[in-house]
Amino acid sequence: MEKRVTFKGLWLPLLLVLPQIVITAVFFFYPAGQAIWQSLFIPDPFGLSMKYVGLGNFEYLLGNPYYRASFVTTAVFSILVTVVSMGIALYLAVLADRLIKGSGVYRTLLIWPYAVAPAVAGVLWLFMFNTRVGVVSWYLGLLGYDWNHVLNGEEAMGLVVVASAWGRISYNFLFFLAGLQAIPKSVIEAAAIDGARFWTRFRTIVFPLLSPTTFFLLVVNIVYAFFETFGVIHTITSGGPQQSTTILVYKVYADGFVGQDLGSSAAQSVILLVIVGLLTIVQFKFIERRVHY
Amino acid sequence: MADHSGMVEKRGFGLWMTHLGLIIGLLFVFFPIWLALVASTVTQADIMDPPMPLLPGEHFFENYRKALVSGINAPVAWMMVNSMIMALGIAFGKIVISLLSAFAIVYFRFPGRRTFFWLIFLTLMLPVEVRIVPTYEVVAGFGMLNSYSGLIFPLIASATATFLFRQFFMTVPDELAEAARVDGASPMQFFRDILLPMSRTNIAALFVILFIYGWNQYLWPLLITTDPSMNTIVMGIKQMFPSGDDFADWPVIMATSILAMIPPVIVVVGMQRLFIRGLVDSEK
Repeated sequence: MEKRVTFKGLWLPLLLVLPQIVITAVFFFYPAGQAIWQSLFIPDPFGLSMKYVGLGNFEYLLGNPYYRASFVTTAVFSILVTVVSMGIALYLAVLADRLIKGSGVYRTLLIWPYAVAPAVAGVLWLFMFNTRVGVVSWYLGLLGYDWNHVLNGEEAMGLVVVASAWGRISYNFLFFLAGLQAIPKSVIEAAAIDGARFWTRFRTIVFPLLSPTTFFLLVVNIVYAFFETFGVIHTITSGGPQQSTTILVYKVYADGFVGQDLGSSAAQSVILLVIVGLLTIVQFKFIERRVHY
Repeated sequence: MADHSGMVEKRGFGLWMTHLGLIIGLLFVFFPIWLALVASTVTQADIMDPPMPLLPGEHFFENYRKALVSGINAPVAWMMVNSMIMALGIAFGKIVISLLSAFAIVYFRFPGRRTFFWLIFLTLMLPVEVRIVPTYEVVAGFGMLNSYSGLIFPLIASATATFLFRQFFMTVPDELAEAARVDGASPMQFFRDILLPMSRTNIAALFVILFIYGWNQYLWPLLITTDPSMNTIVMGIKQMFPSGDDFADWPVIMATSILAMIPPVIVVVGMQRLFIRGLVDSEK
């Protein structure tokens, strides 16, 4: 796509793009290049020089059981976050869509938790499940269940999943409701006249017509779970216990800043870069078909 | 929208079940926030003796005053100022540089235009979380640790907004630019008097999204603000937890959590229409 009418000039447009070029060059391309460069070296024990190791960092990482475990953790975590938050959001959107009056009120009430930062969501859920003072953990204790996410890896995973999914319900609800409201009512009524009950209508008509929205949300939520949940993990578990909630992004931070292992951290950045790249391509391929750029 | 009463909407018993289902969902969404609100109005003793009360207490002013004025490491009022500067800086900064560069790539033919376009396209792919270590080194090299520019610049180095404005400018009728040219208007006059006013809604919608994005940043401020007086509120909450066996000061921490939510929630609720539009636009 090109504009037919354009202005003349050479220096003016260059001047206009200059701020963006400078900022992206300094704070984006240079650091990204550095990450790739550093991933090929390891520092000597005294941090005085760098030794070229080629793909050594990558070989080491892929053979490292902790890194492989972090891959599995990330996969489990992202799938759970995506399924839980999309499931609840779809359920609420289907209900809100059935209302003739009042769906706007529910929408207003449901969207604002979008504004709650992941790190704040983490603190709220940590408070509810705190082993000493948490309300939910106290009532669980009353029921005879001894909740302790500080020691139990599965409970820790459950907690970070719920806290991350909770913050995401608003977003998914908004898109699902818009998707549902875009389905022509006449189609659904025709099926109702033919005697299809609610569940049949949902399975055979509504859900297939909703699939573009669902697919879009799948990709967006996986990206969210990969990158934007750092705050939740850091506030609730700091990756523990025994790394059971150390997702890939958390590991880049833990190895690079806490462990000061720059070569490995950089190599991990590059691996993440490839993953984001793939996800972005999937997203764009799909969006090309749906929205005209 | 359901603009007529069709036969598939529920009435009577079914209608009540629908409302009930939604209310259960609302309770799930609201409960954590309600609990934080309650905790911010009671005393530490109330919380340390579980189960804590589920209705607000009488220590609202006391807890919030303590948080805002003295906080734990730094006054929360100060952290909120830092967050506000960061969020506004990111929103304004990104919108300004993106408007200018989108104007240039849509309305001019200049050498390197295609290359530039693809370079900024690449930036869409890499969130700051992925390149933290080298970006940290760059910022440290410039002496920008513990500074507002260090908080802001690395987060505006992406081109999502440029794409959005480019897309919008492409839909502006060619006749407008033609008329401006015939009337002898300079490119910048066209930009200021015609293009900017036309982009008002897009700018506002994007502003809402970027403000929330900036306010809610966590990892980046955590890395570069080692001085408590430069902490932002969202990252500052975690710093309020004691590292040893001491007990956390829950009423103050929860008051801070509520304070951290207020500005972005006001923006979302107050500008709901723009917010939804911004959300839909920025995901394209």
